[in-house]
Amino acid sequence: MASATLTSLRKPPAIVTRFGALALFLLGWEAASRAGWISAFIVPPPSEIYNSFEMLFVQEGLVDAFLRTFGEAFAAAGLGSVIGIAVGYLLHRSKLAGLAYTDWVAAMASAPLVLLYPLFLVVFGRNSATIVAMGVVGCLPPIILKTKEGLDGVKPVLLNVGRTYGLTPWRQFRMIQFPAALPTIFNGVRIGLLFAIINVVGVEYLIVFGGLGQMISDLGDRFEIAAMFGGIVFVILVSVCFFFITEKIETWLLSSK
Amino acid sequence: MAAVEQIGGRAAAPRAPFWTVTRLRVAAVLVIFALWEVAGASGLFYRGVIPSSALVAKAFAGLLGSADFWFHAGVTGFEVLVAFAIGGLAGAAFGLLLGVNRYTGAVLEPFLHYLAPTPKIVFLPILLILFGVGVGSKISLGAISCFFPMALSVAAGVRQVNPVFLRVSRTFNLTRAQTVRMVYVPALVPPLASGLRIGLGVAIVGCLMSEIKLSRMGLGFSAMEYYRVFDIPSMLAVLIFIFLCAALGNMAIDRFVRLPGPQDRVRRAR
Repeated sequence: MASATLTSLRKPPAIVTRFGALALFLLGWEAASRAGWISAFIVPPPSEIYNSFEMLFVQEGLVDAFLRTFGEAFAAAGLGSVIGIAVGYLLHRSKLAGLAYTDWVAAMASAPLVLLYPLFLVVFGRNSATIVAMGVVGCLPPIILKTKEGLDGVKPVLLNVGRTYGLTPWRQFRMIQFPAALPTIFNGVRIGLLFAIINVVGVEYLIVFGGLGQMISDLGDRFEIAAMFGGIVFVILVSVCFFFITEKIETWLLSSK
Repeated sequence: MAAVEQIGGRAAAPRAPFWTVTRLRVAAVLVIFALWEVAGASGLFYRGVIPSSALVAKAFAGLLGSADFWFHAGVTGFEVLVAFAIGGLAGAAFGLLLGVNRYTGAVLEPFLHYLAPTPKIVFLPILLILFGVGVGSKISLGAISCFFPMALSVAAGVRQVNPVFLRVSRTFNLTRAQTVRMVYVPALVPPLASGLRIGLGVAIVGCLMSEIKLSRMGLGFSAMEYYRVFDIPSMLAVLIFIFLCAALGNMAIDRFVRLPGPQDRVRRAR
């Protein structure tokens, strides 16, 4: 406790330094861009990017694009979580299936599955279904792997306590295995979200259809570089929202145990 | 052999599951093949969308005999390897910095977390202007993609190091280099492996997606050319080749991290 107080006396709180560093970075960027040290055409100053937001809102339909991308990524992650946790549980439950297929799922995690989008495009058509499907494909492997890892890592002593109380397999899962594995499972869901967002925006960008991905592609093609940076800032905002929501859900789940 | 079974029991144990596991895998492959053929023949999909596996196999064999294909594969392979090396090394170094120095970690890591889920493909227009339509823009996108999972995994790994080990290292007056070598590095092997795995995957995706968007060479370009002329068997053959290479890369990473590290020496010493 004493050392913590000493540290806090020596250094400002991390959050102050963090926003100070961010402000310094933005100021340096603004100065470098204005002074011509970096090309203002390729990397416009932050003030110009900020000014482009009005155009993004009024002319480019930013709110609709944002909601669309957010909705697609969330739908993909939700669907992916249901399927992924079920498959992860099965791979944990059946040791043989786990031995046989876990390596395959791991290989899938690093396989460029997003390249399958032309197939999905022909099957589902050029619409949101293709984009959501690609999001699901992207988020499944980490959710499956982390669910299995979490369930495998439950301490034997906890399971033995459950057995001592004569719990049924379902109650053993609900009261012991799942809560104990929850942090790891949620870690998987978070990585899954990351992959879902990447796939959703990536496919939107590649097929020039849908929300923020399409918008950034259009702006890039028209060399509206400042507005394009603005679009990228909003993509970051989508990610922040996802992290915030999953963090809240995680806290709620852990506190309700 | 019987004696080994009697003494250990464990030495013989993997043998029985091995054959069952192989059988399960073969069964899964057969089921997938059957489903694929049924789906292709069912008429539920447009003609040619799901070609028979024989056609895909023929296209695959055709590709392997084509010099053009190997040129594209070479270009993509070069891009991915350079991107993986740059992004992986930079990510590991940055992750180590964030993990070892808690204050720097607390200050900078939120930025990393918020930037990590950003689809890096949106940076491609900028990279195209900076590095041109050649391999430079593909390598830079792959390296940026690889950097984040690597940095986050290593930073998290460093923080998960057992504090008791760190206190022991202080008690023994270990130098910083000794602490890194004897405490951090052994503990870092699993997060490093997962960081490398995810990093390789996103580096491949980054390079290939930028090839698809705007390129004149590489496997992504090649696959899209087949898609444009609706040669689905050849497109699938290219994708299968990419997946096989990614799987081989993963196996190589697994082999690398299973090398006996200091933690094994400790276990043996006990």
